[in-house]
Amino acid sequence: MSDNLLNIKNVSKEYYGNKVLKNINIELKKGEIHALIGENGAGKSTLMNILFGMPVIHSTGGFEGKIEIEDKEVNIKTPHEAMDYGIGMVHQEFMLIPGFTIAENIKLNREITNPNIVSKVFGKRYETLDYKKMNEDARKALDTLDMDIDEFTTVAGLPIGHMQFIEIAREIDKTGIKILVFDEPTAVLAESEAKNLLKAMKKLASTGIGIIFISHRLDEIIDVADKVTVLRDGEHVATKDIKDTSAIEIAQLMIGRKVSIDRSESAERKTTDETILSIKDLHVAMPGERVMGIDLEVKKGEILGIGGLAGQGKLGIANGLMGIYPAKGEIIFNGNKLELNNPKGSIKAGIGFVSEDRKGIGLLLEESIELNIAFTAMQINNEFLTDLGLLKLKNSGKIRKHALEMIKDLDIRCTSPSQKTGRLSGGNQQKVCVARALTQNPILLFVSEPTRGIDIGAKKLVLDLLLQLNQEYGMTVIMTSSELAELRSICDKIAIICEGKVEGILSPLASDAEFGLMMSGSSKLADERSGS
Amino acid sequence: MTEIKENRNGFKDIVTKIGLPTLIIAAFWILTLVTAAFLDMSISTLLSDTIKRAGMNGILVLAMVPSIQSGTGPNFALPVGIVCGLLALVISIELGFVGIAWLLVSIALAIPIAVLAGYFYGKLLNAVKGSEMTIATYTGFSIVAFMCLIWLMVPFKNPKMGWFIGKGLRETIQLDSVGGAQLLNNFLEFKIGGVIIPTGLILVFLFFCLLMWLFTKSKTGLAITAGGMNPKFSIATGLDINKNRIIANIVSTVLAAIGIIVYSQSYGYAQLYNGPLMMAFSAVAAVLIGGATASRAKVSNVIIGVVLFQGLLTTALPVANEIFVGTDLSEIMRMVIQNGIILYALTQVKGGDK
Repeated sequence: MSDNLLNIKNVSKEYYGNKVLKNINIELKKGEIHALIGENGAGKSTLMNILFGMPVIHSTGGFEGKIEIEDKEVNIKTPHEAMDYGIGMVHQEFMLIPGFTIAENIKLNREITNPNIVSKVFGKRYETLDYKKMNEDARKALDTLDMDIDEFTTVAGLPIGHMQFIEIAREIDKTGIKILVFDEPTAVLAESEAKNLLKAMKKLASTGIGIIFISHRLDEIIDVADKVTVLRDGEHVATKDIKDTSAIEIAQLMIGRKVSIDRSESAERKTTDETILSIKDLHVAMPGERVMGIDLEVKKGEILGIGGLAGQGKLGIANGLMGIYPAKGEIIFNGNKLELNNPKGSIKAGIGFVSEDRKGIGLLLEESIELNIAFTAMQINNEFLTDLGLLKLKNSGKIRKHALEMIKDLDIRCTSPSQKTGRLSGGNQQKVCVARALTQNPILLFVSEPTRGIDIGAKKLVLDLLLQLNQEYGMTVIMTSSELAELRSICDKIAIICEGKVEGILSPLASDAEFGLMMSGSSKLADERSGS
Repeated sequence: MTEIKENRNGFKDIVTKIGLPTLIIAAFWILTLVTAAFLDMSISTLLSDTIKRAGMNGILVLAMVPSIQSGTGPNFALPVGIVCGLLALVISIELGFVGIAWLLVSIALAIPIAVLAGYFYGKLLNAVKGSEMTIATYTGFSIVAFMCLIWLMVPFKNPKMGWFIGKGLRETIQLDSVGGAQLLNNFLEFKIGGVIIPTGLILVFLFFCLLMWLFTKSKTGLAITAGGMNPKFSIATGLDINKNRIIANIVSTVLAAIGIIVYSQSYGYAQLYNGPLMMAFSAVAAVLIGGATASRAKVSNVIIGVVLFQGLLTTALPVANEIFVGTDLSEIMRMVIQNGIILYALTQVKGGDK
């Protein structure tokens, strides 16, 4: 046991009565690369926050369990203490200052200084920087990583791959670094850069540093890791030696099926062969959800699910088609070419959109339920208006009548139609958003993350509502969600988006392993295996 | 017990509904009125002045509503509209109109000029999103300075407004000479217990309030409001926010132009050159006192605000002069009160909504 660098023992964490981590046990040995994998919300970030003593953990009541470093129990209360214990982190987003040189970035806040006259009077913060020594140290760190780049070039304009390496160099330059956490380091890298990074990780591990490698790319994990721990919904599912497992098994463990999907099938699903929406080579510049060339066909009357991990671009599709983020590509909707980057045109063509950003984009929180419901139809289709010639006034009577109908149909719980939407619960807000989209009489409805941030009871209601709209009115629904289970419960087929592209289209009844592999962008891996 | 509790809740509701600043100012105004009564000053004169000044300034304050609603903040560039109104006013005099014809022609001329100016001003604001208030303030100052040149150089020949020697227009133009002074004030004017009610002036103000209220309930008005409240929502709804912001600022500028004409006729003088320089500030202060914020304003805020603000100014100054005999505090007091109110109101603005 003495060669264990880090022991995480029975760690649990609760946020406001909501268990997000349950009895996690992880051991990390010297020179070991330990992969951590799990869907979004599986608890990876929370676990790392605990390890780094982030304030968010302690301000919400701390955690249960023990953390030991080199078999000594430690109590890490701030990120600074974590640093003192020799824990370092390579961030997903680069925390580098573009105008500074590589050496300056590496040495940031740990500068080597020499005293001068001013500093003798005013204190240590006014000492002169010892550039020579700083550059030497930086050089050493860069050499460890086989980086042949000059330490005195500025960071601005460097390729992304290099920036990642500078982040790593900064961590290994810290004296006494024992444990390094890589949080999805390859997510933003090109393939060749990612290969280099993995090589560097192996090299670092060989010097005795323990590495925790968070990633969703199964092939990489198989490639570099010694062990893998799978988390799902805050639970520790399994820890396996890589040599005893396979990508397919890991994928299966990651998706799992805790709750059986109650899919009220569906013999009389009336999908047609008629294509209502055809997307060709769609690119959307949505920050964090970039879409890079998607081709997709949607049949009239079906419920299409769009799944995938966060940041892979699944949310970008709807936002791009609705003109909220700049997009390019060729879209044929309902037989006509759809002009992109024109929200009004998309709405007029008959596309409704329930945004994933309910409070930001979906609602006017300061306005009444009735106005929220009627707003789009009023502005775009000139409904609910009294025409006075010069001015078009809103027709409060009509709006009220329609709102009351919607409130009844969708079972929106509110005190009155004039209640402000900001006062409603998440589920009811979501219903108002749906009501607004329905008031436009759309032919096709995009629903993004319909159950995000609402409680379980309301989730089911919202899903039932979507199913009902589809069955009763023949509305084509495209539902984007991070929760695979809910996609599988109502969709006819599910497109999995990975790295801005469609990785594949699956039946909701496909196996967990298939979903897992696709979400990790490793479907090729599965093919190879089944081929061999 | 429960009754008391309910009462307390009721009081709290009133405070949140009307707004604490509004209540404080109202209380302070009543206090000065009481003081004035103790000092044997004529309350009826003070009230008459208050009503008259509220009517005079009302439309200028109303001009704040569209710009605030559209998300560009209080229209600190009110002078842009004001100089448009003044320009129309002097053109109307130059063309030889007098009396009610002068007033109507002034307003008719002011509207197209202000629409044009408002359009370009709106374009400017769209180019500087995020710092509208600062840019607006300096736009206001710049346009006043620029117009100083114009007032000097226009080749108008009418002796009623020229300098006695040299070229250019006078600083203050007496509207008596064109039969334009107190035209609206005198219309159906009557007295209740010594308080003079300038019926015409009040009616015109209320008429514009009604128009503005209808506008906020219209399709365009709602689109403008939505754009101000939640730009992302508006984009997703397919609204053209930039266009709506321009429309809002055109409406605001036109109201400012008409507002200064109504103001001038009541005052009896048209003040050119540096006259409009600081006018935006009292209008902003008034609407903020009325309970508006830098991102939300209603017509009711305008009516409450203009009465309170002008009431406080017209009452507090004579009272202050009476108390501190021998000093002339009035101008200093006015500046302190007016700018203090703006400062206070702006600190109440809830940030981060842009």
